[in-house]
Amino acid sequence: MFNNFQEFWNILPLVIIGAGIVISLLIEMYSNKSETILPWFSVLLFLAAGLHALYYVGDVSIVLQNMLATGGIANVFYAIFTLGAAVVCLLSIDYIKKYGTYFGEYYIILQSSVLGMMLMAGAKDLFVIFLGLELMSVSFYILAGMNRKKLNANEASLKYFLLGAFATGFIVYGIALIYGSAHTTSIDYITSNFAELTKNLLFIAGVLLFLIGFSFKIAAFPFHMWVPDVYEGSPTTVAALFSTGGKAAAFSAILATLLALFNGPDGNLFTPYLAVISVLSMFYGSIVAIAQDNIKRMLAYSSISHAGYLAIGLAAGNHDAVAGIVFYLAAYTFMNLGAFGIISLIEGKDETNLNINSYAGLGNRKPLLAALLAVLMFALAGIPPFAGFFGKYYIFIAAIKAHLTWLAILGVLSSAISVYFYLRIVVLMYFKSSEDEIVIEDSRNSMIAIIFSVIVIILLGVFPGTFLSLVTKFI
Amino acid sequence: MEQNSLLTYLILIPLIGSFLILFIKKEQANHVRYAALGISTIAFLLSLVIYFQFDSSNSDFQFIHKIQWIDGLNIYYHVGIDGMSMLLVLLTTFLTPLTLISSWSSIESKVKEFTFFFLMLEVGMLGVFISLDLFLFYIFWEAMLIPMYFIIGIWGGKERVYAAIKFFIYTMFGSLLMLVAIVWLAVYAIGPLGYFTTNLVELYKVAPQIPMNIQIWMFLAFGFSFAIKVPLFPLHTWLPDAHVQAPTAGSVILAGVLLKMGTYGLLRFNLPLFPEASIAAAPYISILAVIGIIYGALVAMVQTDVKKLVAYSSVSHLGFVVLGIFAMTQESIQGAVIQMINHGLSTGALFLLVGIIYERTHTREIADYGGLAKIVPVFSFALMFASLSSVGLPGLNGFVGEFLILLGAFQSPILNSWWYTVFAASGVIFAAVYLLWMYQRVVFGEVKNPKLNGLKDMNGREIFVLVPIFIFIVWIGIYPSTFLKVSDRTSAKIVKQIYNPVKISPVELGLNKLSK
Repeated sequence: MFNNFQEFWNILPLVIIGAGIVISLLIEMYSNKSETILPWFSVLLFLAAGLHALYYVGDVSIVLQNMLATGGIANVFYAIFTLGAAVVCLLSIDYIKKYGTYFGEYYIILQSSVLGMMLMAGAKDLFVIFLGLELMSVSFYILAGMNRKKLNANEASLKYFLLGAFATGFIVYGIALIYGSAHTTSIDYITSNFAELTKNLLFIAGVLLFLIGFSFKIAAFPFHMWVPDVYEGSPTTVAALFSTGGKAAAFSAILATLLALFNGPDGNLFTPYLAVISVLSMFYGSIVAIAQDNIKRMLAYSSISHAGYLAIGLAAGNHDAVAGIVFYLAAYTFMNLGAFGIISLIEGKDETNLNINSYAGLGNRKPLLAALLAVLMFALAGIPPFAGFFGKYYIFIAAIKAHLTWLAILGVLSSAISVYFYLRIVVLMYFKSSEDEIVIEDSRNSMIAIIFSVIVIILLGVFPGTFLSLVTKFI
Repeated sequence: MEQNSLLTYLILIPLIGSFLILFIKKEQANHVRYAALGISTIAFLLSLVIYFQFDSSNSDFQFIHKIQWIDGLNIYYHVGIDGMSMLLVLLTTFLTPLTLISSWSSIESKVKEFTFFFLMLEVGMLGVFISLDLFLFYIFWEAMLIPMYFIIGIWGGKERVYAAIKFFIYTMFGSLLMLVAIVWLAVYAIGPLGYFTTNLVELYKVAPQIPMNIQIWMFLAFGFSFAIKVPLFPLHTWLPDAHVQAPTAGSVILAGVLLKMGTYGLLRFNLPLFPEASIAAAPYISILAVIGIIYGALVAMVQTDVKKLVAYSSVSHLGFVVLGIFAMTQESIQGAVIQMINHGLSTGALFLLVGIIYERTHTREIADYGGLAKIVPVFSFALMFASLSSVGLPGLNGFVGEFLILLGAFQSPILNSWWYTVFAASGVIFAAVYLLWMYQRVVFGEVKNPKLNGLKDMNGREIFVLVPIFIFIVWIGIYPSTFLKVSDRTSAKIVKQIYNPVKISPVELGLNKLSK
C-alpha cells in the first residue's frame, strides 16, 4: 500500500481522520460516556490533522500510485476543512443538548464527511474525486436529517439527497465521457494534454457535464434551488458545515481538475460559461437575500452569491485566480462558521428566533456576541480590513488580469447590493430595540468556536500575505 | 523617535488607545472621556511635532515610512505627507480632541463605545490623508465607514437608522467602483513597469500614459466615489440626512474632516493620475460645482431647521472647493486647499453651536428661537462670529479661500470663461443672505418663546472648545501665508503634474524591468 514511511507520513491527516472514525465507532459502542467524550475527541482529531497539514504544507508529493496529492494546496485545503470541522464540533456540543437529539453517529458521520472533502481536495484521479464526493455527500444527506423527529429536517434531507444524486449523475456521466475521450482518469494526464483533448467534442461535453454537476455542489445559479430549503431544515451547525466545507471541497475538486485551464494563456474555452454562471449566481443570490426574513435562508441565498464571486475566479482562470479562490474559501469558511455559530446560539428550542427580528437589540443584551456578529457581517459584506474584502480583492485582480473587467464591475455591483442585507442585521442589533426578550443561553464552547473564527478572519484580513504566500508558492 | 516612523505612531496612538479604552469599566464614563481626550491630545501634539519638522519648501512626500506588507502582490504599508496632507492631518488631530470635549455632556449613553468608534474614525481619517499606497488608502477609506455608521446609527436623532444606512450604501457603492479602478491601474502598471503595483508615487508616472478613452473611465470611477463623499451635486442627497441625524460630534467631524476626504481624493488621485481626462472633464465638473454652490445656498435659504441649513451650506461651500480644484490654476488649488481647512473650522464651529443650543432647548426649528441676544449673549456672539466666517467676511478665514478660488477660476485656461466665476460669486452673496437671515431670526427680535427664558449661556467647557477654532479663523483671515506656504509647493507640483505629467522614459522602463 505505502511505498515507504514517507508516504504514510504525508497522508497522515487523512489517516488520522480515518483512524479516528474507527476509534469513534468503538467509543460509541463501548463507552457510556460517549456523549461527553466524542465531541472533544473529534475536536482533537481535527486539530491534530489540521496542524499536521499546516506544518507539512511544504512537503509536496503524490502518493498512492498517483492517486492523491499531499502538501501544497491540498494541505491548505486539509487545514481549512479540519479546522473548520473543529469549529463545527465545538458549536455542536451545546446545540445538540439544546435540542436533546444526541446521536452518537453525528460526530462519526461528521468525521466521514471531512474525510470525503479531503479526498476531493487531494485527488489526482477523477475516481478519487468521485469517491470523496460521495463520501461527503452521503454523510451530508444523513446529517441534514439528523433531527429525525422533525418533519422539515426529513424534507431537507430528502431534497438534498434527490438533487445531490441528480448532480452526481451529471458528474459520473461527465467522468465517463472524459474517460471515453482521454482513455484515462488521471488528472495529471488530462492536465498535461488538455489542449490536445479539447479538440475532441466528447471531452468538452464531459467537462461541461462535470462542471454542471459541481455547479450543484457549489450552489451556483441555476443549480441552487435546494440550498435555502436544505439550510433552513438542517440543524444549524450542519448547515454551517454544508455552506463552508462542502462548498470549499467542491471548489477544490474543480480547481484540481481544471488546473490545466489555469496554466495556459489567459482566458479559456469555458470562460463564457463560467462568467455567465457567476453573474447569475451573484445577482440572484444577493437580490433574493434582501427579501429573506429567516436568517438561515438569508445566509443560504448569500452563499449562492458568494459562489458567484468565486466563479469569477474560475472564469478568469489564471494563477491569481487560484490564489484568490483558495483565500476566499478560507475566509468564507470562517466567516460563515462564525455567523452560523451565532445563529445556533440565538436559536431557541424548536427553531424559534430564526427570524431576523430576533436580533433586534442584541447590542444591548449581549454586547460581545453582537460585536462578533457585526464583525462577521462586515466581513461577509467585503468591507476592509476583514478577510472577506481581501478574498474579493484577489478575485478582482484575477478577473482584471484576464481582461474581464466587466465581470469585476458586476461583482462590485452585486457586493454593493449585498451590503444592504448584511447591514440589516447590524442595524437590528444596534439601532433597534427588541419587542420581546429572548433567552440566550450561554455556551462557553460555542463562544470559543466563534471567537476563534473571528480571530482567523481578522488575521487573514490584516496579514493576508502570510496565507497568500502559502498558496502562491504551490501554483 | 525616528523621523520616518512618526506618521505610523500618529496612526497607532488612536488605534491602540481606542482598544485600551475598551478595558475601562463602563461605569467610569469620565475615565473614558479623559482617556480619549488624552489620547487624541497626544496625537495632536505629535502632529505638531511633525509640522515643525516638515519642510514646506520641498514638494516631495516627506516622513515616508515603507514596510513590505503583502509580498505576493507588491503591496506596501507606505505612508508619507506633503503640504496638502500636512494641513489636513493637522485639521483632523486638531478637531478630534475639541469634538470629544464638546460631546462631554451630550453623549451620556454608551460613552465607551462612542469614544472607541470616535478614535477609530480618527485612525481612518488620518490613514486616508497619509497613505501613499492605493491599496492602503482604500482600506482606510472603507474602514472609516464602519465607525461613522455606528456613530450616526446609535447616537443620532430620530431618523438615524435611515440616515446611517443611506450614508453607508451611498459611499460604499461609490468606493467599490474605485476599487475596480485601483486594481485595473495596478494591473496596467505591469505593462510599463513590469510588475503589479499600487504605489502611488510609481503610478504617478504610469497612469498619465493610459490612452484617453480608458483614462476617462478611470477618472470617472475614482471621481465618482470622491464626488459622493464631497458631496458634489447631484450626489449630495445623503449629506443632509447624515448631518441632521448625526450627533453633534458626528456632524462636526463629518463636515470638518470627512467631506475633505473627497476633495483630497480629487487632488491627490484624479488630477495627477489622469491629467488628460481631468482637463477634458473640468468644464463639466465645474458646472456641477457651480450648480452645487447655488443650489446648496438656495435650499439652505428655505430651511426651517438650523442644522439642515448648515448641512446645505456645506453643499454650497464644497462646491467652491471643487470649482477651485477643477479650475486647475495654482491660485485656485491653493484656494481649494485652504478652503478645505476653512470649511472644517467654520462649519465645525457652526455645528458645535447648533449642538450647544440644541442640548439646552431640544429644538432646532428656527421659528422656536428669537431674541437669544439678550438671554445668551456669549452664544450669540459666537454664532455671529462663526456665521461671518462662513459667509467669507474679509479678515476672517472664508474670504481668503473664496477669493483665491474665484481669482483662480477667473484666470483658468481650462475653464476659459468668466461665467463660472460670476455664478460662483453669487453663491457668496446667497451665503450672506441665508446665514444672516438665520442669525436675525434666531438671535434678534423679541423673545417669543417663553421656554427660552432662563436659558444658560455657554459654559467654560463650551467656550474652551470654540476659542481655539476662532483663533485659527482669525489667524487664517489676517495672515493666511502661515498656512498657504505649507501647501504652496504641493499645489505647484499638482499643477505641474496636470500640464506636464512625468512619463516614464524608455530608458527608465528598461532599468525597472532589470531591477525586478
